Amino acid sequence: MRSGFFAGLLLATVSTTAAFAQGAPIKLADVAELSGGGATVGNNWKNGIDLAIEEINAKGGVLGRKLEVTHADSQSNPGVARAQVQKALDNEPYVLLGPGYSGSVKVTSPLAAEAGITQIMGGEAAELTQGGNKFLFRTSFGQQSSMPKVAKYINDELKAKSVAVVWVNNDFGKGGRDVITKEFAKYNIKVAADLSTEAGQADFAADVSKIKAAAPDAVFIYLNEEESARILKELKRQAVTVPLMGETTLVGQKVVELAGDAANGARGHVGLTTDAPVDLVKAFREKFVKKYNYVPDHNGLKGYLAIYMIKATTDKMGKVDAKKFADTLHGLTIKAASEPGILMDVTFDEKGDIDRQGFLVEIVEGKQVVKQVLPKLN
Amino acid sequence: MSNLLDLLVAGLATGAIYALVAVGFTLLWQTSQTINFAQGEFVMLPAFLMLAVMHAGAPFWLAIIAGIVLSLLLLGLGFKLLLVDPMLRHGVLPLAIATMALAIGMKEAVKQFFSAEASPFPSIVPAGDVSILGRVVSLQSLGVLALAIAVVIGLTMLLNRTSIGHQMQATAQNPTVARIIGVPVERMILLTFLINAFLVALASLLITPIYLAKFSSGEVLGQAAFIAAIVGGFNQVRGAIAGGLLIGVVDNLAAAYVSTQYRAAVPMVLLIVIILFRPQGLLGRPEERTV
Repeated sequence: MRSGFFAGLLLATVSTTAAFAQGAPIKLADVAELSGGGATVGNNWKNGIDLAIEEINAKGGVLGRKLEVTHADSQSNPGVARAQVQKALDNEPYVLLGPGYSGSVKVTSPLAAEAGITQIMGGEAAELTQGGNKFLFRTSFGQQSSMPKVAKYINDELKAKSVAVVWVNNDFGKGGRDVITKEFAKYNIKVAADLSTEAGQADFAADVSKIKAAAPDAVFIYLNEEESARILKELKRQAVTVPLMGETTLVGQKVVELAGDAANGARGHVGLTTDAPVDLVKAFREKFVKKYNYVPDHNGLKGYLAIYMIKATTDKMGKVDAKKFADTLHGLTIKAASEPGILMDVTFDEKGDIDRQGFLVEIVEGKQVVKQVLPKLN
Repeated sequence: MSNLLDLLVAGLATGAIYALVAVGFTLLWQTSQTINFAQGEFVMLPAFLMLAVMHAGAPFWLAIIAGIVLSLLLLGLGFKLLLVDPMLRHGVLPLAIATMALAIGMKEAVKQFFSAEASPFPSIVPAGDVSILGRVVSLQSLGVLALAIAVVIGLTMLLNRTSIGHQMQATAQNPTVARIIGVPVERMILLTFLINAFLVALASLLITPIYLAKFSSGEVLGQAAFIAAIVGGFNQVRGAIAGGLLIGVVDNLAAAYVSTQYRAAVPMVLLIVIILFRPQGLLGRPEERTV
């Protein structure tokens, strides 16, 4: 009995020593919208994460240690997201990934900050990074960065004097609506109709009838992907012909797939697109399609980038240190030349906001066509 | 005024689909005195069956036929033989609970085996517009409305003008007496289930191009159709039809003239008002309790 105990102890000691010699895996936790209204968002994000981890591990990992991620489903519900994040933090991950919905990020970011764990997320609501949370980082532009560009485009290029604004009634939608209407005011653009819609809404007939009655020069649509597709179909059904403008979610690959012909002509500013005229992005797209057999939307890119943000920051530190991670990432510029996985040169400011190139795209015959490349600000 | 016409046409088109689904509630109530809480999922599933057939390489028309046939087998025959018949022996309440379980099972199965994400679905009505009273009205809205009305008229004629329809009604009203006078009651009940399966397959075909194919899409439809059936009259097919059209129109008008934020509440308010002042529904008949 005693000899058995010592044999077991010896075996455990040898195993542990061997694990440290190779480097124990670096644990990451992901909480994403794997089902519910944001399933498109969450599944693209997850697949992007898995692809990046597979690549990095195949090349030996980060500082010789493999990356290991656990995925949890928020069910697109902020309450569930909070519970899943709490559970994930209890396992002391190196970095927390997700969620994608701003509402879910809003309720989970205090938990990660309290635990001192960096959270790299996909939410775009302006307010997320305005509250002084030092552990929260974006993978995409916040609304305060993107909406001024959209408003400028509507004023300069579309020459619109009145715009109908359709937004989804959650943190993401309301944040976007508030910023864009302020920007419109700067250009004296009248808000012809201000339409709040519900997440998961199926029928947009009445909303489109209101838009028609308001007779705007353009429509600004700020909904999630599935609802974007539904309203595009309804706008086509009711023969609305004025320019349709949005930001990222309106012109995503999934929207094009769901809306079909109705997506043609829709325009939007996107922080990330797989149609970007950037060689590294094209290579990412090829790898993603080869692995998953579909073209990802911007959330696939976000998930992929999030992992390479972790790799570049850890390489910069030269050690795996969860407590110093956020400090290192603040103010860090990651160049695509030295870390190709980051795809484009990127800088993170003191609030966790991101600066890099952006794109103005239009859907032409079912495909995103980049009309303008907007340069990195700094 | 012209805006009102758009809203009415769109509301009637959606309402006609609600009516198709609501009729299913009525048919099952009449034959087994229970409520199929999986009725919304019954509308969701045929779209995925059709998509699965299309993914196997079949053209859309063949997928429609296959989808309808599979719906008849699974949602008509299978539902009756495998769930309703065994459960009904234990009473109406266990059967109602079993249909709730079925709804969850169907949703989870589609999510697991197909996708949690929405999928596009082709429309049987071509895109385009027609001009009516100086307004541009979408061909799709009109097509959906016309098809749904045609089916409802066909069903009404079947029930009221044919021998089979009379036998079905006799079975619904009093199966014991119907059996005594020679009506093949079991066959009529089976026919009712098959008709419901056909109606949900058709509703699926009409609504999915607009709502998109998603595992959770039955929730909205099932709830709207349930309200429609109660508002119109749970024990009358014509009540379910009227209720469906009414809910479709009221929902659209409420979204346009009251508030999009409170649109979901308006049908619920209508439901409460109807229950308070006319519990049997607008066109339903009072049911007497037997002891």
